[in-house]
Amino acid sequence: MLYALVCWFSFRRHSAYRLAALGEAVSNTMFGFLRAYILIALWQSRPGLGDYTVLDAITFAFLTQALIGPVQIFGGMDLTERVRTGDVSIDLHRPADLQLWWLADDLGRASFTLLARGFVPMTAGWLVFGILVPSPARWAAFLLALLLAVVVSFALRYLVALAVFWIHDSRGVEAVMMVCSLFFSGMILPLVTFPGLLGTVANALPWSALVQVPADVYLGKRQGWELLGAYAFQATWALALIAAGRLLTRAAHRKLVIQGG
Amino acid sequence: MVETVGTWLLLARTWTRAALQYPLGLVMMTLGAVVSTSLDLIGIVIIFVHMPFLGGFGPAEAGFLYGASQLSFAVSDVAIGAADRLGRHIKAGTLDTMLIRPVSPLLQLATEDFTPRKAGRLVPAGVVLVWSMSRLSLSPSDVALTALMIVNGAVLFSALWVLAASAQFVLVHGHEATKAVTWGGVFMTQYPMSLYGKDFVRAVTFTVPLAFVNWQPSLYILGHPDPLGLPVFVRFLGPVLTALLCLVAALAWRTGLRHYRSTGS
Repeated sequence: MLYALVCWFSFRRHSAYRLAALGEAVSNTMFGFLRAYILIALWQSRPGLGDYTVLDAITFAFLTQALIGPVQIFGGMDLTERVRTGDVSIDLHRPADLQLWWLADDLGRASFTLLARGFVPMTAGWLVFGILVPSPARWAAFLLALLLAVVVSFALRYLVALAVFWIHDSRGVEAVMMVCSLFFSGMILPLVTFPGLLGTVANALPWSALVQVPADVYLGKRQGWELLGAYAFQATWALALIAAGRLLTRAAHRKLVIQGG
Repeated sequence: MVETVGTWLLLARTWTRAALQYPLGLVMMTLGAVVSTSLDLIGIVIIFVHMPFLGGFGPAEAGFLYGASQLSFAVSDVAIGAADRLGRHIKAGTLDTMLIRPVSPLLQLATEDFTPRKAGRLVPAGVVLVWSMSRLSLSPSDVALTALMIVNGAVLFSALWVLAASAQFVLVHGHEATKAVTWGGVFMTQYPMSLYGKDFVRAVTFTVPLAFVNWQPSLYILGHPDPLGLPVFVRFLGPVLTALLCLVAALAWRTGLRHYRSTGS
């Protein structure tokens, strides 16, 4: 109940910045067009590459632009700054679990961002290129995959935020993390185009759970048992990373010293 | 002009010393900048694994376009890209502090929180440009034109940064939308524009003149016909349009600054 409230208030808090979200949506849409044209050229020259049709590839371009916000590809969360300034001591004082509290907060953020920044790029792609719109059942399957994607994304960013307990200036770690999440999620190019070993490695890393897996579910590339396999892949990474976050939280508890005053 | 450059250098040096207080973070961030700029490049390499030509351009020619666009952008970003954070300064009230100091607010804005990590972007851009030029066997006059094109592109991007900043006098959150022309601009121009829809290219030729960052001059240097069929003199219009854009940016900035009223906090 407490966590549901945290989630709801986070949603409300983020919805205060509607104009900013609209601006982001405009930028996402612009990039959607540019990336769609590049993928069109690639798939016209190599039809059926990675079992994608040209229309799949165009849909991928716009869908992934709609996902940038919800799965927070560029990284970061408010907790990082709170650890740096020491405000986290207030969070730790609350009769709530730090990790679950911030997970609830992040789910609220992701829900608002999906609503505010998903609609414009998808509609533009649908109007100009007629991108694929799946059946209600597949929408439901996609939304579950997206939920898991947000949890994996949160678990990764939570680890970065907690690292600040030890390294003080997190921007370097954040930069490295951003590179990984941009490249290995499928944001630069769909992972199906990655050749050989690079493709195998990229598909096994947690970042593929952020963009490539939900996009494949949306496009209907994962159905039946394969759909369950996709969920299992995302859930495994989510659990492993959340568990790592718990260990780090416990260590941080012991590490934190608060100045009396 | 000399004084402006001097002040810029002084302020940049001050902020660099501040950034050096966290040497490990700075090294990681610079590496991060090098690698994140290279990501699109790796993407282009992967595309060339699958096909020999991208929009009618071979690897060396595509590298030429990528390197020129990224280099121009990197220079402009180091010089004045931080101006894009005007909205944040307005919200925090820190713009007011800049206004009472005896240095141009634009100059202060451009150097505020300056970090040498941005120069990391220059590395992949420069390497790719030199590599592609060595493969293309350009004549001395083409090399001179290339240098001119890069300087022109850097000025054009700088004008876009100032325009983007000026928009934030009106819309404090304008930064989110103007990313479409600044970051979108460099993303777009690093690929051959023959990839994009014709109307799309017309829009960036005749409204926001992004086609003159590298595309139009490169068509001449690389000896490609224009997919839009524009006459040859258009290839050389870059400096004229850049000068016009600078004029518009200067007007927009002055107007914005004159009408700025503090948040009152």
